[in-house]
Amino acid sequence: MGLLTEELLANIGKTEAPRTQVVTERDIRKYSIATNQTQRKYLDGQVAPPLFHVAFFWDVVELDELNADGVSVDKLLPKFPLEREMAGGLDIQHHDRIRAGDTLVATRTLTDIYEKEGRSGALIFYEVVMQVERDDGTPVLTQKTTRILR
Amino acid sequence: MSVPSMASVSVGDELAGREHTCDHVQLFLYNAVLFNAHRIHYDLPYATEVEGYPGLVIAGPQIGDWMVQCADNWIGDDGMVVGIEYSNRLASYLGETLTTGGTVTAVDTDARTVTLDMYVKNENGDVVTPGVVTVRLDG
Repeated sequence: MGLLTEELLANIGKTEAPRTQVVTERDIRKYSIATNQTQRKYLDGQVAPPLFHVAFFWDVVELDELNADGVSVDKLLPKFPLEREMAGGLDIQHHDRIRAGDTLVATRTLTDIYEKEGRSGALIFYEVVMQVERDDGTPVLTQKTTRILR
Repeated sequence: MSVPSMASVSVGDELAGREHTCDHVQLFLYNAVLFNAHRIHYDLPYATEVEGYPGLVIAGPQIGDWMVQCADNWIGDDGMVVGIEYSNRLASYLGETLTTGGTVTAVDTDARTVTLDMYVKNENGDVVTPGVVTVRLDG
């Protein structure tokens, strides 16, 4: 134990600049087709399926910001002493549906970093909360992502 | 299956499942929609030789979506998904057939919500993605 330095823990509370994006019918249609949705409201692109935001707010970065494995570096995160990512989890509360034409504002915050002793050694957990609201301030959803590093 | 309503739903009710067999086209489209360039999803020599996977890896949130769809298709236009929890416990690979399903575990008549224990299983019967979905019913 003791992988987490004061310097590393000081990153808790760090927030990314909010991202504002307009949802189009085309965005919803592409997501719905790619995930094999069956409900017409989703396939027609009027209303977004419940996990649409995962794709919609996936980071878009330039080619030279991608690692050799094709993954982008998440700038919200500090460099952790463990790097191999294990399964993570998502916990989402939906307040309202996302519809074509919505202007959405997403803000991500690194809300926690902690350490646990696993069966094969130390594990680092971190949590990122993403708040999504419309540009008029109406809450749309809150998502907490927990990731485990070994 | 009939549309669920607060009056008709009971703890223990089972949701109709669905099979998903992801092929190259769907795996490509899903990652294209995300703008996800992770090579484990399309570069077979990289996935097997560098990362040591037995095949191309199906994206975790894609499997999460199938789990949520099972609940969302059960309510159709008569409600809304208000809560989702899931974790990707085991990796799944291109060509595998995954099956979704779920069971009603709680009914809150005041909040008009139904809690569902959900799963995505592989062909061996292993749960690759367990989760809990909460839906609010209009009817």
